[in-house]
Amino acid sequence: MLRDITLGQYYQTESVIHKLDPRVKLIATVCFIISLFVVKSWIGYVVAAVFLAAAIKLSHVPFKFMVKGMKAIVFILLITVVFNLFLTPGEVLVSVWKLRITKEGLQLAVTMAVRLSFLIVGSSIMTLTTTPNSLTDAMEKLMKPLKIFKVPVHEVAMMMSIALRFIPILLEETDKIMKAQIARGADFECGNLIKKAKAMVPLLVPLFISAFRRANDLAMAMEARCYRGGEHRTKMKPLRYAGRDRIAYAVLAGYFAVCIGIRIWL
Amino acid sequence: MGIIRTESLVFEYIRRDEEGNVEGITRAVDEVDLDVRQGDFVAILGHNGSGKSTLAKHLNAILYPTEGTVWVDGMDTTDDKELWNIRQEAGMVFQNPDNQIIGQVVEEDVGFGPENMGIPTEEIWERVEESLKAVGMYKYRKFSPNKLSGGQKQRVSIAGVIAMHPKCIILDEPTAMLDPNGRKEVVRAVRALNDVEGITVLLITHYMEEIIYADKVFVMDKGKVAMQGTPREIFSQVDKLRQLRLDVPQVTLLAYELKKNGINLPEGILTVEELTEELKRIYQQR
Repeated sequence: MLRDITLGQYYQTESVIHKLDPRVKLIATVCFIISLFVVKSWIGYVVAAVFLAAAIKLSHVPFKFMVKGMKAIVFILLITVVFNLFLTPGEVLVSVWKLRITKEGLQLAVTMAVRLSFLIVGSSIMTLTTTPNSLTDAMEKLMKPLKIFKVPVHEVAMMMSIALRFIPILLEETDKIMKAQIARGADFECGNLIKKAKAMVPLLVPLFISAFRRANDLAMAMEARCYRGGEHRTKMKPLRYAGRDRIAYAVLAGYFAVCIGIRIWL
Repeated sequence: MGIIRTESLVFEYIRRDEEGNVEGITRAVDEVDLDVRQGDFVAILGHNGSGKSTLAKHLNAILYPTEGTVWVDGMDTTDDKELWNIRQEAGMVFQNPDNQIIGQVVEEDVGFGPENMGIPTEEIWERVEESLKAVGMYKYRKFSPNKLSGGQKQRVSIAGVIAMHPKCIILDEPTAMLDPNGRKEVVRAVRALNDVEGITVLLITHYMEEIIYADKVFVMDKGKVAMQGTPREIFSQVDKLRQLRLDVPQVTLLAYELKKNGINLPEGILTVEELTEELKRIYQQR
């Protein structure tokens, strides 16, 4: 059962957005997030909303999957809205007891809510349409210039992809150890939070030991297959820009220019 | 000179207690001379702790000899310049299938070796396709390794090694963690490689059934080569094998006991078919 969990939240379907080079999607997400903080007027948010809606439409991912991502941040969203609403000084609109809702507060609360929810939906489009593996590839390629500053870009990317590969295996192992402990009378269910946390210790120790053993074996297997870091290495699936990626970049540049334009002139 | 040769190979490691004090020195491999010809199927047999895995790790330059020399295709394994050539020519498959698959998709894992060797992209794809076909895993190329059975995973690992175009494959107990079906799958794939592709195979195992197809068998005990010869020669010495705490296949044991009780059977019978033929012959003579 545990081995069926999907990582990240990749949604398998055919769409233009799925086919885009992961680098484009990564850059687009970053640009979109920046643009949310660039624009100040309501026209800007309308433009962002149109851009976002177009991306959602093109991605063929059902809208309810996007909203699922929102659930996790509803609480944060609420706090932000409440604080901004009541604690911003300015022209008072409504006053109940000691709480005052100001015009500026209302404005700020709405902007923050819109920004946050756009941010979440925007980045979940990326994670829903890109496999974790191609994301690591994209990061490796994009961060390559950092090599000049001796950042081990290839190694970090390799670590990330190995970690992704081993998460289901370690989960399965946790399940196995847990069952073995339950069979010998361990109790993971009862008691308060502290008691439950303490019950995890005998679970974590064998898990760590086995993880180290696996790491050791894996390192040996990788060396036996001529692994020697990123030098001289070729790619089986190299990232290459296609026509649609160029179009996507053009659209992105256009959108970003409009956002900056709105900020300056409107 | 054969593709793999060792000359009075010794490997020692220092045993330490929990505080790190030296307790003593263990000779894991003791004066081993090995000579494997190109294209042979060689089996190395031995029970746990006989030094067979330690020996295997020398052939891929993962461990270096304390004394003696190891040559892979004429290259000395202690020569740092040849390290990557040695690892390419003598591929290695390990025991635990989960701990040697690196890719998240079968085809990516098979491509890992060629990627490391710096093979151009188009050729990687050709190699991946041909190696997956060689072990009969081509239709699973888009699968996640986590969805495969143990035998299938081990075949993927073998494909990953073949994709590097080695002259020789060393399999270090590849079937130890598999069920009987998985074991058969893997052994069949390995035999096909030896027969069809002509790759030299060194199979390390403690399952007797897997070595009956070998051209040559080495039996190891306490770091030394205790017996060597063809499977037939080895299995005709049932008493000696028992001394080395190794089991002989059931058919061989049955034939051995029958012979001891006065039935005129030849020595070292390996398969059920052989035994039935022989028994039929004896029955007809009467």
